[in-house]
Amino acid sequence: MTSADWPLWEVFVRSRRGLSHTHAGSLHAPDAAMALRNARDLYTRRSEGVSIWVVPSAEITASSPDEKDPFFAPAADKPYRHPTFYDIPEGVRHL
Amino acid sequence: MTTTPQGAPSASAPEATAPQSGSAVPVGAALALGDDALVLSHRLGEWAGHAPVLEEEVALANIALDLLGQARVLLSLVGDEDELAYLREERAFRNVQLVEQPNGDFAHTIARQLYFSTYQELLYGRLAAGDGPFAPLARKAVKEVAYHRDHAEQWTLRLGDGTEESHRRMQTALTALWRCTGELFEPVDGLGLDTAALHEGWLALVSRTVEQAGLTLPTGPRSDGWSAGAGRQGIHTEPFGRMLAEMQHLHRSHPGASW
Repeated sequence: MTSADWPLWEVFVRSRRGLSHTHAGSLHAPDAAMALRNARDLYTRRSEGVSIWVVPSAEITASSPDEKDPFFAPAADKPYRHPTFYDIPEGVRHL
Repeated sequence: MTTTPQGAPSASAPEATAPQSGSAVPVGAALALGDDALVLSHRLGEWAGHAPVLEEEVALANIALDLLGQARVLLSLVGDEDELAYLREERAFRNVQLVEQPNGDFAHTIARQLYFSTYQELLYGRLAAGDGPFAPLARKAVKEVAYHRDHAEQWTLRLGDGTEESHRRMQTALTALWRCTGELFEPVDGLGLDTAALHEGWLALVSRTVEQAGLTLPTGPRSDGWSAGAGRQGIHTEPFGRMLAEMQHLHRSHPGASW
């Protein structure tokens, strides 16, 4: 058995309570329980985390690079969608 | 506390000065626990570059480093850690024979780890509950060791319940190392703890995993004339000498070398 036979898993680590899980990397493991343990050994050795998610890479649906333009280009020329477009009135504090 | 003179099989000399009360550290017990951790750490380190998969290589190295950290604390309690690790002769080592057994195939490594980590977790748990000289270390290390045991259990389940070949290899390994397990429950000089009392809990934990994995717990002899033992008295198996030669040769060839 080699790791080539094992499915790939994506690892998400939450570094502190209150923060969201962040993608840390990927690894091979025969099943979910071992993937969690491998993730613990590979990505939290230097006390980076308080919580780990592992997700089968095959289960992730990703946007295709070919669809980059229809997906993302239309947003490029619409700066008014950014909140910075608006002037903040003088009287507004604590913003 | 003086260190043992280099090379001499002299661990027994300081034992005479090892009272159990207060903060005085019993030398025999510190060497026993420290050598267990040191020797197993070195064995696991031998997998570096040879483990079946990269992820498992890191896992084994992590366990090895945990054990090395424990060994450094324990040996430093009773002397200079480098002198004790690199300049003692084989007969001065006090580790059980189980931890010096060669890695064998991956199943042998896992069986050795299952037997030892289960024992070590129970032992450290008891030491952590007390207020002896080993309590501070045990309180920290018991969490590390719980993970080592879990790692070994997970692999025992998967190998036992895996393919026909993995099942056969795991069973062979459990059986081969069984005769080394009786020694774990022999008394340890100066430890102040009844190691024999750990046996019941150990057997329950190990047999639960072994049965769940569809394997059979061996029934052969463990503590009679035909089984292994006497590592605590400095009697070791043949492969241990070769392991020590490899572990110590750099320090002996270049005393005081650092990087």
